[in-house]
Amino acid sequence: MWAGVLVACAACYALKLAGLSLPAGVLQDTRVQRTIPLVPVALLAALIATNTFSTGNHLVLDVRAAAIGVAVVAVLLRAPFLVVVASAAATAGLLRLL
Amino acid sequence: MSFGAISTAAGLSLFQTSALSALMFTGASQFALVGVVGAGGSVWAGAATAALLGTRNALYGLRLSSILDRSGPRRLPAAHFVIDETTAMAIARESPAESRFAFWATGVELFIFWNLGTLAGALATHLVPDPKVLGLDAAPPAAFLALLAPRLRAREPMAIALAAGLVTLVCLPFVPAGVPLLIVAVLVAVFGVMRSRR
Repeated sequence: MWAGVLVACAACYALKLAGLSLPAGVLQDTRVQRTIPLVPVALLAALIATNTFSTGNHLVLDVRAAAIGVAVVAVLLRAPFLVVVASAAATAGLLRLL
Repeated sequence: MSFGAISTAAGLSLFQTSALSALMFTGASQFALVGVVGAGGSVWAGAATAALLGTRNALYGLRLSSILDRSGPRRLPAAHFVIDETTAMAIARESPAESRFAFWATGVELFIFWNLGTLAGALATHLVPDPKVLGLDAAPPAAFLALLAPRLRAREPMAIALAAGLVTLVCLPFVPAGVPLLIVAVLVAVFGVMRSRR
């Protein structure tokens, strides 16, 4: 676990430093400029899908689906980050108690 | 706070959780790593996802390089603070001096509060016997949603997000956990490059 954590930290720092240090031309390529902003959109959506609708390799529909629904409402109401997260967790916790 | 809680619930130790906030210090990547691990993926799939999410920081660095000192040794600590928030605060200022001040002030302040919050969340979660009772397994997708929402202000990113979610669920039963994310990353990179050729 530690090796993965530290390698990921080093990679993220290297990417930050690269932006500050590399000759501007490399990152100013239009293909790079227009592709990089799409990466977090796709990956965050993929992470929502896996963390809501799966356990390991199985697709599952459980209380997390209701929880993400509550989170969507919280986001639409422009709730702060912590409120979005806490409302989803509370929804899942309460539904499990029922 | 939420990162500390989610990371601990995903099975990372207190020290690993704190190391991520202190050394990685870029929220989306940190959430991604612990999200993949918490969902049963390997730490390497999580690390790859974290690095892919970190690519946008390179673009921020490029934008900030006109404001910050590019060549001196000061860029080494400065690079650590190149994240969404500091970039937004720095480029919103009029003069380079104000931008520099905004960058460092935002960076140092966020770094302190982010790390203290992580520690508090991780310690609190250590006291809970079963994180599922608190619904903590529903916290990561909500965190990803809150990070994604500000990026969805146009039709194209919305379509990309929906397609990415669908592709992920279709691949999921057939490949090891965490791998669907890498498939999605490759697909979106190919799409991005093809589109900008036109």
